[in-house]
Amino acid sequence: MGQMIKVGMADLKVCKAPDNLTTIGLGSCIGIALYDPSTKVTGLAHIMLPDSSQIKNNSNIAKFADTGIQKLYDDMIKAGANKSRLVAKIAGGAKMFELGSGAAQSTINVGERNAEASRAKLKQLGIKLVSEDCGLNYGRTVELYSESGDYLIKAVGKPLKKI
Amino acid sequence: MSDTHKSLDEINEMYIDVLKEIGNIGAGNATTAIANMLNLKIDMSVPQVELMPVEKIGSCIGAEDEVIVGIMLGVELDIEGSMMFLMDMRSAHHLVNQLMMRDYNYAEDFDEMDLSALKEVGNIIAGSYLSALSGLTNLSISPTVPFVTIDMAAAILSVPAVMFGMMGDKALLIKTEFGDDFEMNGFFILMPEEESYEKILSSLGLSL
Repeated sequence: MGQMIKVGMADLKVCKAPDNLTTIGLGSCIGIALYDPSTKVTGLAHIMLPDSSQIKNNSNIAKFADTGIQKLYDDMIKAGANKSRLVAKIAGGAKMFELGSGAAQSTINVGERNAEASRAKLKQLGIKLVSEDCGLNYGRTVELYSESGDYLIKAVGKPLKKI
Repeated sequence: MSDTHKSLDEINEMYIDVLKEIGNIGAGNATTAIANMLNLKIDMSVPQVELMPVEKIGSCIGAEDEVIVGIMLGVELDIEGSMMFLMDMRSAHHLVNQLMMRDYNYAEDFDEMDLSALKEVGNIIAGSYLSALSGLTNLSISPTVPFVTIDMAAAILSVPAVMFGMMGDKALLIKTEFGDDFEMNGFFILMPEEESYEKILSSLGLSL
């Protein structure tokens, strides 16, 4: 059994079998899993915001869907993944509070925008999105297994889900 | 060197002191309100104010996967933004049991009534806190209806992380402990929109 490597918030990591990757408590953030089934090069990014070009303070590229997925892709290729074999799975993008109105409204819906931005970036890179578990109103802890490419999703009071 | 141009660090330090004072008064008001509601004597600690990297916010209360209670409200009028009040499950159960006049050890899942009791606690705490801020700044500030979420700490805290993350790399947290003979832990997070920071500071005679 390999190690379970933790990916923090606004963070990304690439590993190879037998090591695996996890990120804890995705709320409105998205966990983007990239996987090459042949070389078993495995990558996970935990992004917080959709678009780096709309934020002044954007030095941490792992914070954003556009720059974070690009960096994860580059790191995967560097680690020996084959571009044409890469597949993606995404999870997260929840709406944690049902705030009805007010200034916080745009932030509250950031989960949905994160999911859209992630899909758009994957499409631009030509990576096939094979499955996803996004939206709704609860947090998710994800585990990405390098041997199988299985993406396990754990949520409070819900059965374990595999995508 | 003239001292008219203060560095951002100095301003930050003054700002943190101001928020600490607001936190102190606000939490004091809130504690009194809850003590009256429960007819108990409740003590509170001096608030700790922490400026931390946004990425660390998910684990600022405890384990990232610990299930906690988050109560969130919008903030309107002169200051726009939102605020959040967080408690561990133990504290939340204790508070609800007191409010509902239940047995001390009752720890069943929260029902609708319990959740609305928690919202009321959120209302009182936010109201007291914001009236302290309003009193100090002479700004009109009003809370919106509260919402309660019970989930993993990191997932709940992703909300303030995103809000602070839109402005920069740092988040500001105010931590206060309060309790009767039973220790309770509560955390406030005030999340003003970017322009509201300036309003708070300039109303206090400070500038960025």
